[in-house]
Amino acid sequence: MHPHFVDYAIIAIYFVFVLGIGFALRGRMKTSDDFFLSGRSIPGWITGLAFMSANLGALEVMGHAANAAKYGMYVNHFYWLAAMPAMCFVGVFMMPFYYGSKVRSVPEFLRKRYDEKTRTLNALCFAFMALLVSGIDLYAMAILFQRLLNWPFWASVIASAVVVAIYIYLGGLTSSIYNEVLQFFLIVFGFLPLAILGLKAVGGFAGLKASLPNPGYAHTWANIWHAADNPMGVNWVATIFGLGFVLSFGYWCTDFLVVQRGLAAKNMASAQRTPLIAAVPKMFFPLMVVLPGLVAIAYSPVRQLLWDPAKGAYNYNQALPVMLGSLYPSGLLGLGLTALLASFMSGMAGNVTAFNTVWTFDIYQTHINPGKPDHHYLSMGRLATVFAVVVGIGTAFIVLHFNNLMDYLQLLFAFFNAPLFGTFLLGMFWKRTSAHSGFWGLLCGILAAATHYTLYHFHYIHYPSDMAANFYQAIWAFAVCFCVTVVVTFFTEPRKEEELVGLVYSLTPRPKTSNLPWYERPSVWAIGILALCAVLNIIFW
Amino acid sequence: MGLDIRLPIGIIFTVYGAILIIYGMVADPSIFQEKSLGVNIDLWWGLAMLVFGVFMGALALRATRHSES
Repeated sequence: MHPHFVDYAIIAIYFVFVLGIGFALRGRMKTSDDFFLSGRSIPGWITGLAFMSANLGALEVMGHAANAAKYGMYVNHFYWLAAMPAMCFVGVFMMPFYYGSKVRSVPEFLRKRYDEKTRTLNALCFAFMALLVSGIDLYAMAILFQRLLNWPFWASVIASAVVVAIYIYLGGLTSSIYNEVLQFFLIVFGFLPLAILGLKAVGGFAGLKASLPNPGYAHTWANIWHAADNPMGVNWVATIFGLGFVLSFGYWCTDFLVVQRGLAAKNMASAQRTPLIAAVPKMFFPLMVVLPGLVAIAYSPVRQLLWDPAKGAYNYNQALPVMLGSLYPSGLLGLGLTALLASFMSGMAGNVTAFNTVWTFDIYQTHINPGKPDHHYLSMGRLATVFAVVVGIGTAFIVLHFNNLMDYLQLLFAFFNAPLFGTFLLGMFWKRTSAHSGFWGLLCGILAAATHYTLYHFHYIHYPSDMAANFYQAIWAFAVCFCVTVVVTFFTEPRKEEELVGLVYSLTPRPKTSNLPWYERPSVWAIGILALCAVLNIIFW
Repeated sequence: MGLDIRLPIGIIFTVYGAILIIYGMVADPSIFQEKSLGVNIDLWWGLAMLVFGVFMGALALRATRHSES
């Protein structure tokens, strides 16, 4: 890749703007609510785009393009099956609880619904993961830019980390959200030409289908009935229940990183619309991510660049960067690189803001230093930001030396989300679920996931592919958590119903939407999104 | 929260659009033959970004004018 001055100028301008936004927000961070929750004042379209961008890090973008090159259109499931139903569910059914209960974090909701030990278990797991994952984003970014542009690893890590630290220190969650919105538009403008030029290069959709190495690549659903039929080794059970239900619902409904953006919304209707607004661009994202991945493997000049003779295989992970380098002239190249950089940085920023909220409220304020005035916790939030960034830098350097660590860390993430979804599902929809059961269910679910993974890793159990193993592991962890929670509930006292108002579906008045015009009602949005998603699934069957 | 995000977004895309348009006009046309299949993508996409940037900035300015009036 040979960038010119103009490309570097585009990247530099991005840094200036990101810092500028932070400085512009500096004076408005007066209370902990301002810093951690944006004062609950952000319009729905902004929280919606931030909701999506918080999820869509550079690792996902590059990873999905790589998977598209390797497995074909099956990857669409990660956008359609895996995200749409879950996002609609969170908007229509779960946001009323999150936003209505006025909690400041997901663990805090668990305290209200269950008890303190459930909250603490979740807070510790989540804080730990958020810290480590932010380092992964730094590492991945620095490695990529070292490879593409010969930027020294340590310089990229420290420069990006410092910029993120500054803009979050100054502007808190609002800075993070605003930069996520910027990231969203940069990704759209940065990668859409890749799809356009890519299709032109292979001769449109017809040409693309003709040039794909395997006809199954052009179909999202066609080869899913048996694992052996599709290149990923995953059958329909694993896909629908593992990916489509447990993993996706577990992530979208309970991961504080995304939920936090909904909590910042200015009112209930905006909070409910947040995931629904996010679902619309998310639905069309395969155009910018899956399509370039398919083109990478179909278009021979790019395919040849991906071939690694030393390994005798394609370097699928390089699909997106190689596409950028092959099709983008200078100017647009700078924009594409900035889009990637923005995604990495805002991915890190999202983890840092989620961490500093969970640390300050669920760990520090609860167990270490309660009862202090509000500005004490605001200062702690800023301190936690710096701490998180320093740990992130450390993690990036550790992963540099043990890069299998990256896979292990991402796996750990899955240990926590799948069972947590079981805890939430029972907590929100069954008033009988007792306080103790939350903790034991969650703990057993996590242990079940760890056990399953260990058995698979040491070959005591077998699956056709790692991905299949992940999906079944999620199903298993969810099921264990669910069952243990139910069983423990029957042996323990339920919570008093008056305490659960606003936390359980049957005890909470539904938010009034009858006074809203039809195009503002969350349920209408949800139905529209699912219908549109169904149409896309049919077109790309 | 005080700062209307549409304003910085409007400005940055206007700036990016202008940069791309100018570069698209002054750059050696052979780079577009080599990379973007003969299409002067910098020029066209720069134009698209400029339009978007101006549109966003206009929305932001209109909003501040409404709240002041």
